[in-house]
Amino acid sequence: MNRIILKKQLSDDVFMMKIAAPHIAEERKPGQFVILQLDTDFGERIPLTIADADAEEGSVTIIYQAVGNTTHRLSKLNEGDRIQNLLGPLGQPTHIEKFGSVVCVGGGIGVAPLHPIAKALKQAGNHVTVIIGARNKDLIILEEEMKTIADELIICTDDGSKGRKDLVTAPLKELCEKNPKPNLAVAIGPPIMMKFAALTTKPYGVHTVVSLNTIMVDGTGMCGGCRVTVGGQTKFVCVDGPEFDGHLVDFDNMMLRLGSYKAKEEEDHHKCHLDLQIEQLQKNS
Amino acid sequence: MHISAEELKKNAQLILSEIKDKSLSNKERTAIPLQEMPAQDPKIRINNMEEVAQGYSREQALVESRRCLQCASAPCVEGCPVQINIPGFIKAIEEENFEKSIGVIKEASLLPSICGRVCPQESQCQEKCTVGKIFKDPNKSVSIGRLERFVADWEASEAKRSIPEIKPSTGKKVAVIGSGPAGITAAADIAKEGHEVVVFEAFHKPGGVMIYGIPEFRLPKKIVEDEIETLKKMNVTIKQNFLVGRSRTLKDLLEKDGFSAVFIGTGAGLPKFMGIEGENLVGVFSANEYLTRSNLMKAYKKDTAATPIYPSKKVMVFGGGNVAMDAARTAIRLGAEEVSIVYRRTEAEMPARIEEVAHAKEEGIKFRLLENASKIIGDEKGRVKAVELVTFELGEPDASGRRRPVQVKGSEHVVEADTVIVAIGNESNPLIKQTTQELEVNKYGNIIVDENCKTSMDRVYAGGDIVLGAATVILAMGEGRKAAAAINKLL
Ligand SMILES: Cc1cc2nc3c(=O)[nH]c(=O)nc-3n(C[C@H](O)[C@H](O)[C@H](O)COP(=O)(O)OP(=O)(O)OC[C@H]3O[C@@H](n4cnc5c(N)ncnc54)[C@H](O)[C@@H]3O)c2cc1C
Ligand SMILES: Cc1cc2nc3c(=O)[nH]c(=O)nc-3n(C[C@H](O)[C@H](O)[C@H](O)COP(=O)(O)OP(=O)(O)OC[C@H]3O[C@@H](n4cnc5c(N)ncnc54)[C@H](O)[C@@H]3O)c2cc1C
Ligand code: SF4
Ligand code: SF4
Ligand code: FES
Repeated sequence: MNRIILKKQLSDDVFMMKIAAPHIAEERKPGQFVILQLDTDFGERIPLTIADADAEEGSVTIIYQAVGNTTHRLSKLNEGDRIQNLLGPLGQPTHIEKFGSVVCVGGGIGVAPLHPIAKALKQAGNHVTVIIGARNKDLIILEEEMKTIADELIICTDDGSKGRKDLVTAPLKELCEKNPKPNLAVAIGPPIMMKFAALTTKPYGVHTVVSLNTIMVDGTGMCGGCRVTVGGQTKFVCVDGPEFDGHLVDFDNMMLRLGSYKAKEEEDHHKCHLDLQIEQLQKNS
Repeated sequence: MHISAEELKKNAQLILSEIKDKSLSNKERTAIPLQEMPAQDPKIRINNMEEVAQGYSREQALVESRRCLQCASAPCVEGCPVQINIPGFIKAIEEENFEKSIGVIKEASLLPSICGRVCPQESQCQEKCTVGKIFKDPNKSVSIGRLERFVADWEASEAKRSIPEIKPSTGKKVAVIGSGPAGITAAADIAKEGHEVVVFEAFHKPGGVMIYGIPEFRLPKKIVEDEIETLKKMNVTIKQNFLVGRSRTLKDLLEKDGFSAVFIGTGAGLPKFMGIEGENLVGVFSANEYLTRSNLMKAYKKDTAATPIYPSKKVMVFGGGNVAMDAARTAIRLGAEEVSIVYRRTEAEMPARIEEVAHAKEEGIKFRLLENASKIIGDEKGRVKAVELVTFELGEPDASGRRRPVQVKGSEHVVEADTVIVAIGNESNPLIKQTTQELEVNKYGNIIVDENCKTSMDRVYAGGDIVLGAATVILAMGEGRKAAAAINKLL
């Protein structure tokens, strides 16, 4: 059982939690994730990136968006509450070295998993440009944290409420056109964003790492539920990934597979929203 | 067709009243009719997850035990991977001394209530049984597994279970990785010697395949949970949510965490796919995933479980082993309208337990034999809509003497399906190997061990599916025992 040490709401439906997990804090490396389950008998196991960790305090930080059943229930827990099951660290750590100049692209909640990677790349001596994209200014997370890491920070919003009114692919393209072009791109966000980020860098031959957020069950390589097609081969995201060469990933297939349980999840989602609304009404009355 | 448990019990009572106090000749013994296993009515059981086979009544057990000839050479014992004294425990049933009977079994086996249910008896103990030989049919052998289950269940129902005696603490620590049958057995045998044992399990519940793979209707989870409880009472610590190789490396356990020895019982993992077109479409699952969702995550309890399971109407399962039967029978219970098993050879070659094949047929599962999938076809949304199959015929015998299936040219045909479950076996999980270079594995990734289950690394032992490839519960248990004995000797 892992205690929640700290909880913060970062935006409308994005939350940050620090959870006591000394073992994971000690072993984890950038790029790795945990699997969390709220109820041993009936809970779902969901993967979340380790956004940060403090080995001394023995804590890991997760940042998540309340999108469905489990993330909603998680968002209702408070400091002092316990999480029944937490497994990690999982997945292959990011390959960190001095590449030269690196551009890190984060979309929406993808900025959370991007943060530890950008930090490690900076510490390894790279020149780091960070591009953050969000639908509007309220959905931007970790801006301050990224500011302290990045040599250059570019913000894009779909509605222009902050930074450039652009998709992240626009500044990414500009950087690729520069001379010298970046030595590496890291793109993490919604699959559709990663797909287009990879398509943007491809003509310039800029190697692009993406971190895939497939549906998972065990996270240990046993079930095959997380499989994706990479360069025509089947790979398991939980053990072979989560990071892959973005130019080789079959994003279309991955997006279809992410929608496997849509009907059931949408039903749950409505229920969750209803719960939240009722709670809100009760609070107000 | 379906005979109820009450009727079977009544029949047994009648037979028993005639033979009970007689001394029986071998001829009279072989004339006693084989006792069928009472089972839930197929029409009812396809709508529930409860155990199908209900176990012998006392009367049936007493009758069945009298079919045993008490052969001096006991060929059946040879067929049992852990050499249970089979005539011994059956004799004790005949004498109605069940306590003695379970005692005899437990000298050799730690998990009789499980093995009695899931052992492939027809290819192990019962294959060699003299009675089966007389009838030239191993299905007519003495029902050794059913009798074993009977006494094990008797022990549980009488609350007669005792905790094995533990020797005084030695102060030494042993790590067991994985809590399947191999790990459970190794942990128990090492703990008995007074060593401190910590079992590391990746999942949130211990038990291995017995919890996440084999369904409730074949092996009630309560039985496995009871075994785990016994382990805990023996002072064994179980650390769930701990993936060795990631949460901690094997070497750290030995070098930093003070473990004197390690047993690796991590099972098979890593499902095989067939490498055909369409395998990553929506609606294609490995049996591991499908069964884990249903068993471990309880997705069959649709109202309470958070984990979803795919809503299927027409399901096609590829494979012919226990795993394929379990997946098919789970799908039917989850409400599929039509479930077929596609197998490349004939029924005679199916590796599944005979009882499971029979149960699957009773439940209305279709068998497409001598067929195999060549392509999975999707709709415009990337969901499975059909499977292309090819037909096979049996050709010349191969090196193993089995007639090889050969594809019939131009036999491609398309069959509608919305769900495909692939159950063609597992490869070994590479995680521990990846993070422990010194550990030697063969080309399939199975850990190489010597006759004492010792690996290429000092103080590191391994057993079960990770060594044998896909095996059985009883073999995994046997290896756990062997390794524990070697570890106890080492310390
Ligand atoms: C390696 C990895 C790291 C991740 N890191 C983070 C993170 O740091 N922060 C974060 O907020 N999320 C992260 N995710 C995604 C997160 O796991 C999902 O949002 C979560 O499983 C949703 O669970 P739920 O029960 O709340 O929603 P559900 O009810 O399961 O789903 C709600 C909606 O989300 C979609 N969905 C389901 N699973 C996923 C998924 N894995 N990815 C994207 N959409 C999904 C569904 O189709 C549905 O529309 C990560 C995923 C992976 C594989
Ligand atoms: C669906 C199905 C049906 C079957 N039916 C039968 C049957 O009827 N009869 C029969 O005899 N056999 C059957 N088998 C086979 C039998 O279950 C296995 O041979 C047996 O369970 C192997 O035992 P094991 O202890 O080696 O491993 P497992 O039972 O596989 O247990 C291994 C455990 O180790 C854990 N683990 C793995 N890696 C790590 C790690 N790095 N760190 C920590 N923990 C880890 C896993 O989570 C798992 O719990 C069936 C198998 C399946 C899948
Ligand atoms: S353990 Fe299995 S093989 Fe051995 S006697 Fe029992 S049923 Fe037969
Ligand atoms: S071989 Fe059959 S008949 Fe003979 S002792 Fe064994 S179980 Fe009894
Ligand atoms: S989540 Fe099961 S194999 Fe990756």
